[in-house]
Amino acid sequence: MRKVWDIHGGIHPPENKTQSLEHAIEFAGIPAQLILPVSQHIGAAASPVVQVGDTVLKGQCIAEAVGAVSVPIHAPSSGTVTAIEDRPIAHPSGLDDLCIVIDTDGKDIWHQPPSTRDFTQLDKATLVELIRNHGIAGMGGAGFPTSIKLNMREPSNIKTLILNGTECEPYITSDHVLMREQSRKLAQGIAILAKLVQPEEILLGVEDNKIDVVAGLQDALKQHDFSALTGKPTSAEVITFPTKYPSGGEKQLIEILTGKQVPTGSLPASLGIACQNLGTAVAISDAVINDRPLISRITTVTGQAVAQPRNFEVLLGTPVEYLLARSGYNASSSNRLVMGGPMMGFTLLDITMPVVKTTNCILAPTEAELPSPPPAQACIRCGLCAEACPASLLPQQLFWFAQGKELEKLEQHNIADCIECGACSYVCPSNIPLVQYYRASKAEIRQRDADMQQAEHAKVRFDARQERLDRLEAEKIAARQARQAKAAANKAAQAGQDPKAAAVAAALARVGAKKSALEAAQNASAPEQIPAATLATDIDDPVQRALAKRAKQEQAGAANPAAVLQRAVESAEARLEKARLKLTNAETVQDSNVDAFKLAVDKCQSKLNQARAALDAHDAT
Amino acid sequence: MPLVQITSPHAHTSQSTSSVMMLVAIATLPGIAALTIGFGWGTLTNIVLSIIFALALEAGAVRLRKQPIGFYLRDNSALVTAILLGIALPPYASWWIILTGMFFAIIIAKHLYGGLGYNPFNPAMVGYVVLLISFPVEMTRWAAPLELVSELGTSGVSKPTLIESFGIALRLIELPTIDGFTMATPLDLLRQNDALMISDLKQTYPQFGAQGGLVWEWANLGFLIGGLFLLYRKIYTWHGPVSMLVTLSLLAAIFYDGGSSNSGGSPMLHLFSGATMLGAWFILTDPVSSAVSNKGRIIFGSGIGALIFIIRQWGNYPDSVAFAVLLMNFAAPLIDHYTQPKTYGHS
Ligand code: SF4
Ligand code: SF4
Repeated sequence: MRKVWDIHGGIHPPENKTQSLEHAIEFAGIPAQLILPVSQHIGAAASPVVQVGDTVLKGQCIAEAVGAVSVPIHAPSSGTVTAIEDRPIAHPSGLDDLCIVIDTDGKDIWHQPPSTRDFTQLDKATLVELIRNHGIAGMGGAGFPTSIKLNMREPSNIKTLILNGTECEPYITSDHVLMREQSRKLAQGIAILAKLVQPEEILLGVEDNKIDVVAGLQDALKQHDFSALTGKPTSAEVITFPTKYPSGGEKQLIEILTGKQVPTGSLPASLGIACQNLGTAVAISDAVINDRPLISRITTVTGQAVAQPRNFEVLLGTPVEYLLARSGYNASSSNRLVMGGPMMGFTLLDITMPVVKTTNCILAPTEAELPSPPPAQACIRCGLCAEACPASLLPQQLFWFAQGKELEKLEQHNIADCIECGACSYVCPSNIPLVQYYRASKAEIRQRDADMQQAEHAKVRFDARQERLDRLEAEKIAARQARQAKAAANKAAQAGQDPKAAAVAAALARVGAKKSALEAAQNASAPEQIPAATLATDIDDPVQRALAKRAKQEQAGAANPAAVLQRAVESAEARLEKARLKLTNAETVQDSNVDAFKLAVDKCQSKLNQARAALDAHDAT
Repeated sequence: MPLVQITSPHAHTSQSTSSVMMLVAIATLPGIAALTIGFGWGTLTNIVLSIIFALALEAGAVRLRKQPIGFYLRDNSALVTAILLGIALPPYASWWIILTGMFFAIIIAKHLYGGLGYNPFNPAMVGYVVLLISFPVEMTRWAAPLELVSELGTSGVSKPTLIESFGIALRLIELPTIDGFTMATPLDLLRQNDALMISDLKQTYPQFGAQGGLVWEWANLGFLIGGLFLLYRKIYTWHGPVSMLVTLSLLAAIFYDGGSSNSGGSPMLHLFSGATMLGAWFILTDPVSSAVSNKGRIIFGSGIGALIFIIRQWGNYPDSVAFAVLLMNFAAPLIDHYTQPKTYGHS
């Protein structure tokens, strides 16, 4: 038995996992409409390559990656693109983003039917390319493009490959059922990962509340000869450890399995460790072996407000509404809708929001199940939060400084190392929404840094401009002097009395002019390069992309401009209405993001005004 | 459609500050029972009057600060402060002593500093020390164990009934001034002693009892049980109380001096006499005014243990828990500064 380590703090909230574990994974079906945000991952948004009215087939690429840190999007089923527009998406900010909307035809015709391929014959570059082209991004947490994570130095500096089968959040069981039912595929994905990163050991970490899957996983792993894949002795093990929240945090899991802490500000790779999510491993197997892009995932739908809690295989882009309807959702008994788990999930303000690559759970609790938070009482400095904090922070001190907006003190107390796990808020007997304070404070720190950077930027530009003006001035003076000197020389020459003297005068004048020009150039040369660089960023591709996008849209609308403008006004009106609603919601719960929502309302208002003006102008002509 | 914005986490323990405080209040019951059985109804009258004054003062202060009264009274913190001060006062303390003490505890030590959570000093101990300095006679007149009152049988002192006790507390009935109704405590005797061996002391004065003094040893046992209950319920960690008790016992063992006339008293005497257990499990565990981290609480507790022994042995007051706690309250911010735990990923 391999040694496992303990992490500081942690909590044991009621697990509530059995409800959704009774049934096998079920295909959720093809909803009438699929809504696919172009940005389901960290990094640059994918850029649509289809147009409204296009027919698309299942698995067809509908938006391509832009730049290195980006992944493409594929159509999860066949149908027609009916809109490419801003829609509410699943993001804590609750703001809208560009989505490709597909009205499905129910035929589910493949663009290119899945095949099988022997991955052991492929080289590393091909594997990375396959992973990237099939749209694979981390399926737990932030959704980082997987190809970036894997495309590292050669030879690989990774010694330990960790697969995160922890799933420590209450209620969520999507990884649990995945291990239970798809262990073979999972092991294939792990084998591909092993070939890519060439680790010396592979650790599949599982909390001991999922002990039922261990034997199956071990069997599946035995099907592969990992040493042959990596070209060196490589062990693969399933490791169980005591259930505790938040063992599944990447940093926490690394400490549990290896006893090492990831140094603050660095990546696990600095310790020779790579961490991957289970869903990602399965998606990699699908992509590499079956040529199947990432178009579906497993999502838990649970909570007492749904009659049949279970795990679905869900097409990406499926509206939450559709899933809830399939699970016997009782809207009147639910007190909120959460995407993700009860500890770190965020509330949904719109049930038309689609499931995306990172959606592991839809939780519909009743009031009795997850009561609304009571008003916060004073912090009695009981220290329970510090006991619970997995990052060994002092949440009560952070709270104190956050209230006083003492950003420097917050940084000294390492607020940056807070993983926002919510353990502190969970235990706080005074019901203080601690994490909410930390999020707000982190945002303030970011804002302050951005402001500082901008001020710095502005200063550099100002200085550069000043230098340029000075230089021009100096050049002018030099030119004037040169002219004067030349005039003097000419005069002397014209006088013709002493050609020698004239030559001397001319030489002197030349020297003087050269000297002042040289001085001016010295003054100006260094800073001159900076504005050039800053300017270069200003004409980077996002602008061109936006222009191109608009041109495309205009083209599409050229046929009937009045209707297009009318639609624009309507959608702007709808958006404004929604933004207002969110603002009132935020105000009633005194959310910390109220300002952001206000801004959103203002923006929508001005967009609406613009749209109206455009329509009026068109009507007038 | 109940689509509301609530930030994570969405789950929460059922434990609330109000229920924590209520548990603390309940955990004092065994100790209170021992004191009442041993010394008569006097402790109970103290507590009842304390609670009445405390809630009234708290309500007044919250009102003046224009905050919702019910919400703050329900946090039960004033209740706990009242019970602790009531226990610490000599039985049958008069109502104006209690009122003065509660005023300093609730108004000065708590609300003037900004209310619960902002007070650097333990409110009950501030009230106690102010009283001890202002009214030394009243504050050092401790009731005799009932057992001895009947034994000595001096000049018709009766054991007051509950009603009579309230009469005494309100000073409607005169406090019996006769010798034998009040009596020096073991810690008093120990401090005044400079001639007798410990064993002789014990023989001369029956109030020494078996370990920490008649009644006192039972009361301390009661508070120990209450404290262990709170520890079991995870209301606090062991770090503060245990390090205080260990430090106190170590120092007592070092200066025991074989029980000579210079002896500071045995570790058992120190552990089970005076306010030791009350201090360890109910006073220094007050989270607001103590150090924050576990390491910090070890230093905080040890400091209190050491100070208790030093003041008991060489100071002017027979017991010293209140002084020791207040002194360490002073030091708590400093301790916090030097004991900040190592954050994950920092070396
Ligand atoms: S748990 Fe809550 S009340 Fe206790 S110290 Fe932390 S923030 Fe304060
Ligand atoms: S949310 Fe941050 S401060 Fe709170 S327990 Fe988690 S890591 Fe610690």
